[in-house]
This record gives sequence, structure tokens and C-alpha cells, in this order.
Amino acid sequence: MGFFESIGRYAELMFEVFSKPQRWRLLGRQVVKEIEKLGIDSLGITIIISFFIGTAITTQMVLNTENPLLPKYVTGLTTRETLLLEFSSTILCLILAGKVGSNIASEIGTMRITEQIDALKIMGVNAANYLILPKIIGFVVIVPVLVIFSMFVGLLGGYLVGFTSGIIQPSVYVMGIQYAFNPFYVTYSLVKSLFFAFIIASTASYYGYYAYGGALEVGKASTKAVVNSSIIILLFNVLLTNIMLV
Amino acid sequence: MIEVRNVTKSFNNVTVLHNISATFEAGKTNLIIGQSGSGKTVLMKSIIGIHRVDEGQILYNGRDFTSMNRKEVVDLRQEVGMLFQGSALFDSMTVEENVRFPLEMFSQKPQEQWKERVDFCLNRVGLSHAAKLFPSEISGGMQKRAAIARAIVLEPTYLFCDEPNSGLDPKTSLTIDQLIREITVENNITTIINTHDMNSVMEIGDKIIFIHKGHKSWEGSKESIFDADNEDLNALVFASKLFQNVKKYHNR
Repeated sequence: MGFFESIGRYAELMFEVFSKPQRWRLLGRQVVKEIEKLGIDSLGITIIISFFIGTAITTQMVLNTENPLLPKYVTGLTTRETLLLEFSSTILCLILAGKVGSNIASEIGTMRITEQIDALKIMGVNAANYLILPKIIGFVVIVPVLVIFSMFVGLLGGYLVGFTSGIIQPSVYVMGIQYAFNPFYVTYSLVKSLFFAFIIASTASYYGYYAYGGALEVGKASTKAVVNSSIIILLFNVLLTNIMLV
Repeated sequence: MIEVRNVTKSFNNVTVLHNISATFEAGKTNLIIGQSGSGKTVLMKSIIGIHRVDEGQILYNGRDFTSMNRKEVVDLRQEVGMLFQGSALFDSMTVEENVRFPLEMFSQKPQEQWKERVDFCLNRVGLSHAAKLFPSEISGGMQKRAAIARAIVLEPTYLFCDEPNSGLDPKTSLTIDQLIREITVENNITTIINTHDMNSVMEIGDKIIFIHKGHKSWEGSKESIFDADNEDLNALVFASKLFQNVKKYHNR
């Protein structure tokens, strides 16, 4: 299928997804379920990865900024900027594209090949709206929360590695993470995460929804969902950075 | 009643259905039979609207489905129940939730009446004891019965069954066939069944349409099938030794 044909089918799908829900009460219930399934269940991996990345960044910053001309607090400052500007939004969302993207694509793809989506259509249900809209809303709502958790836990990881190994004094680290703090960077990171959440949920849904054939096709759809949503995230990262920071 | 008039359907320039016309009557079990790949599933999916036909008309009690707008299609579909080959129950819901789903989506009745209707449908298919189980926790035959309960919960006017006996043992197949027939007669439903199971044909075939290579090749009843002057149909019906013996007995 050609690039423009794919864009057209994606737009057509999104048009169906964002049509008026047939039952608002069901939508609300589905959104809560999706927040739990896609978001709360991703909290564990978010915390683990953010903590260890925070410790690794702090350690590397200490080792690479041993120049006497640089103040010690620069470690905390660079750890904070790395986490706020790139890791907690972009890299975390790339990781979530793998976890959540494959989950969504395989779930919807399996529903497609086992005729569950046809069953919805036969009943007169707008299957795209019923299945995909709650996932998009749920994920867009929960991802900024995950990003904030990631920022906090990453900075905490840096603090703890300094505290336990003694490579940097905790008070100096804390001074660094407070120094020249620009609150707009948090806004920038959260705005990016909203776009990325939409990209992950909608791209994965698209590939799952149009999966045809058998288990092999579902696997392929899942892979395509992860690869393509990752590429789109990286493109939008460049675009949004230029729009919001330059 | 459903009328199919001169329906043609192609995929990638390959014509799968050639100018098919047929009438499916209410209160009867109408069977579409044919070999695998003959086009019977495409015909059924075209009648329901999963596939859009290239030419022809499909009339539901005189209403032309092919010229309906989106809202009319949605409204019509609430009069339609469907039993899929693989049951197509929603994995994430229990049997009871599966049956309740169409009511939650479309019923205008108060919620208190939903439970009554769900209980009635589950009881009708003999699945009251399995209401709280998930589809993965029940057998293939029970899944089919649950799918029938879901298909009839909105009291449909039209019921479609795609290979209702596939993957089932002969005894369970018979139970499913009888259940479909009983529900059809009780509620005066227009039922269309896709099958290549000759036991089903003999059991519940009020009206039979034989599709061969995308053409309607024969039409009749189960009583007339043994006398059909149609080589392709005979090849299908008498493929098994059992039916060859039945024919010998019939001819005596």
C-alpha cells in the first residue's frame, strides 16, 4: 500500500474514531479501563527505567565534568535538563511505544482476525469509535502523569546514587537541580508527551484495525505499529522542539 | 423476508459472485450451501453489508439495503443477529456481559429489564450456569450457544449463521441446528445459514440454495435434493458414503 493511501486510510479511520459515541456511559467506562490497562500498568516499567537512567546520567555527568573550571552543581543541572527535555518525554514514549503500541495493535488485530470487529459492525456499533477512542483518550490522559513520575523518579535516582556512592554531595546535587530552573521545560515536555501519546495509540490502533489474515499478520501489524510510531515520535520531537524552543 | 436481486461482487478484478438472485423467507431456515471457495460466505457477508456489492439490490422486507444511508444501516442492523463461524465472542467479557452488550448499546428499555432478557436468552440456550465464565473457559459448543444468545437478545427479525457447526462434534452440531430452527420458528425470524454440513441440510434445510463457482446453481428443499438434476450439487451431497447409502434407500 502506498504512502498516501495509508495516510488516507488513517485519516478515514480517525474520522470514524472521533465521531459522536453511541453511548457516553460506555465510553466513560472504557476510558477508565484503558487508563488502568495502558497507563497504570506501565507505571512499574516507567519507575524502574527512569530510576536507573537517572542514576546512570548522574554518574556519567560526574565522571565527564571533572574539570575544575566547571562548578560541581553542573551534574545536577545537566541531569535535570536531560530528564526534563528528552528522557522523560521522548525516550519514555519510545519505550511506551514498544510496550503499549504492541499491546494495542495485537489486541485490536486479534479482534479483527477473530471477527469480533465484524460482530460489532453487524450489531450496528461504530467499531472504530467504540474500540479506539477510549484507548486514545485514556493514553493521552495518563501519559503526562507517567512523564511527571519519570522526571521525579529519575531525579531521585540521581540523588540516591550520589548519596550512596558519594560521587557527589547530595546538597550540591540538589542545588544543581534547582539552579536556573525554567518551568517552561516541564510544560514543553508535557506538551510533547500529549502528542506522542496520541501518535502511539492512534498508529497502533490503525495497524491493528487493518490487520487481515492470521496470527502472522497480527505479529506483523504489531511490529509495524512499534516501528512506525517510533519514527513518527522522533519526527515530531524535532518539529515540536523547533516550534516550542527555538 | 430478504430478497437478493442480481448481486455481483468482485475482488481485485476477480468476480466471486455472478448475478445472484434469491429469496429468503421468514420463519424458515434458509441454507446457502456450496463447496469451500464457492462464494457462499461472500454472499452472506454481502447480504449483511460487510462487503459492498458491485451491482444488484438486497431488500430487507422491501427496504433496499444497498441504497440506505449510514443511519438507516445502523437502525437496520439492530434488527439483525449473527452467529459467526468462530463465535466472535468478546474475549474481555464474560458470557453474560457478551449477551448484555447489545442491550447496553442499543436498548431503550430500563436497565432492570436487561437482566431479565439476558437471563431469558441464556436460559433459552441452556447456558445459565456459565454466565460468569469467560469465552476461553467454555467449550466450542457452549461458545456457539453463547453467540446465539447474544444474536437473539435484541429480538432480531433476521438471523445469519456462518458455518454454525464448524469444529463441533455431530451431537453438539445437532443441538445447535435444532436450537437455531426452534428460535427461527418461535420468533418468525428470517434465518440464513451458510453451511457445507450435509447433516444440517437434512436436519433443518427448509429452503436450500446451492452456490457453485459464484453462480446460483440450484434451489430447492431438502426433500428434493436427492432428485436434483445437478452434477455439481450431487458431487457435494454424495461425497460421503453415508449419503450415497441414503440415496440408495431413497430411490428404493
